[in-house]
This record gives sequence, C-alpha cells and structure tokens, in this order.
Amino acid sequence: MSHTFYIALSYGIAALIVALLILWVWLDGRGRRRELEELERVGVRRRSSVASVDEAR
Amino acid sequence: MTESLAITKFSDLANPTRFLALVARLLPWMACLTAGLFAVGLYLSFTTEGDYQQGETVRIMYVHVPAAWLSMMCYSVMALSAIGTLVWRHPLADVSHKAAAPLGAAFTLIALATGSLWGKPMWGTWWVWDARLTSVFILFLMYLGLIALNRALDDPSRAARLSAVLILVGFVNIPIIKFSVDWWNTLHQPASVVRLDGPTIAPEFLVPLLVMALAFTLLFFTLHLMAMRNEIWRRRVGAQRRMAARMAGREA
Repeated sequence: MSHTFYIALSYGIAALIVALLILWVWLDGRGRRRELEELERVGVRRRSSVASVDEAR
Repeated sequence: MTESLAITKFSDLANPTRFLALVARLLPWMACLTAGLFAVGLYLSFTTEGDYQQGETVRIMYVHVPAAWLSMMCYSVMALSAIGTLVWRHPLADVSHKAAAPLGAAFTLIALATGSLWGKPMWGTWWVWDARLTSVFILFLMYLGLIALNRALDDPSRAARLSAVLILVGFVNIPIIKFSVDWWNTLHQPASVVRLDGPTIAPEFLVPLLVMALAFTLLFFTLHLMAMRNEIWRRRVGAQRRMAARMAGREA
C-alpha cells in the first residue's frame, strides 16, 4: 500500500473521532438543556431561583 | 495582592452559575480560534515538504504527536482536578475530572491509531509491545476504567472521591510514558521536541507541528468546558427531579 493510503487513513480516523466527540458533547448539552427547559415548563425550579422570585415579590 | 485576587477569582468559580456565565462568554471565541488554528495547521501540514527519510508519512506526525501530548496533558488536568476534589473540595473539581475522561480516551485512541498507521510503513509493523506503546495503551485502559467507574456509581460525591484517588495513583504512568524512551530500549524514537537541549527537528516540520498542537489543545479546552457545562446541567436536572419527587410525595 502507498504512503498516501496511510496518511489518508490517519487523518480520516482522527477527523472521525474528533467529529464524533464534538457531536456527542453537543448532543449531550442539547439533551440536558431540553430537560431543564421541560422542568422549568412544568414549574420545577431551582431553590435559588424560587428564592429570588419570592424576594422580588 | 495579586495572589489574593487570583484566589478570589478561583473561589468565585466555585459558584456553578458564575462558571456557566463565564463559559457562555468564552465558548464562541474559543471555538472560532480552534477552527482558525486547525485551518492554518492543516494547510501547513499538507503544503510543507516531505522528510528525506520518512517521506510523505511525516504528515501523520502532525496529528499523532499533538494527540499523544494531549493524552498526557488531559490526564495531568484530571490529576490537578483530583487534588482539587480531595484537598480543597472545590465543587467544580470533580465535574472537571469526570468531564475530561472521555476526551482523554478519544485523544489517546487517536494517538494509538495514527501511531500504528505510521508504524506499518516505517517500522514494517502495526504494533510492538515496547515501553512507550505499552504505557500509552495502559493510559487508554485507565481512561476507560475511570469512565466505567463514574458511570457505575450513582452517588456523584462518592464517585468523585474514588475516581480522584484512582487518578492520583494512576498518575505514576505519566512520567513512565514520557521517559520510557530514555529508560528502556524502545522501537519508538526518543523525544525530539520537548528536550533540555532544545528541539532537534527542522523548523519546516516544527512550525506545522506546533500550530496543530495549539489547535488540538484549544479543541480540548473548548470541549472540556462544554462537557463540564453539560455535567453541571445533568446534576441540576437530577437535583430538580428529586426535589419534584419530594414535593409530589408531600402533596400525596
């Protein structure tokens, strides 16, 4: 096999692993943000934010 | 005065809300800078001359070496975070080492795969059990073990303390990896960049290597901040769900 094959495969594998890593971190973040928004929507808030709302009243 | 200011700033970050605000400000800049450095680094990687001995395969080094450096740097970041967990009980320290473990595993895998792909045309073999390759493979297994441990325990504070102890015990492998090429007779070549007498590689190879190393390092810190933010959100979701369940129980 030519050197080009090993170079292309090296960069290809590195790009694939980095792309999967970025995708996984991004999807994980999107999932958690949606869960927090869902909890907010049904009225479950963090104690600190409940306290700050009470203080505002 | 400067020191106390630095400590105050560090303590301020113990507040996850402040940390999240800082991350939101930093991430766009870091992502853009990472992309820019990768563009320059990849351009240099494919436009510089081939080596007189390695030929075109020298281009594999521009990915392999930064990934290998990062595999060790990531573990060092985890070891510092482990000290933060055990000594200072910094609330973000365990978030940091938990978030870094999958990133370290990924960069170590890149180093192992690209090293193997360079070894076949240059050494005539995909793999040898020499001290450098074996110690990096052990590092990869340690990352997998730490990920498994964090996922196996439900209590985050217990998982954090256990992981922190394991990380610090495993840190002994980092100097072994670094100096394995000096201490033992290995097929893997000795250090040619980070040396007491300065780099021994030609500037035309050193420049793309350093630009790619900087790009990989920034990529790691960008992903690390994102993963830490995700972990904080995950813990908030868990805490809010537990609070909702308690409130529902009281109402019932």
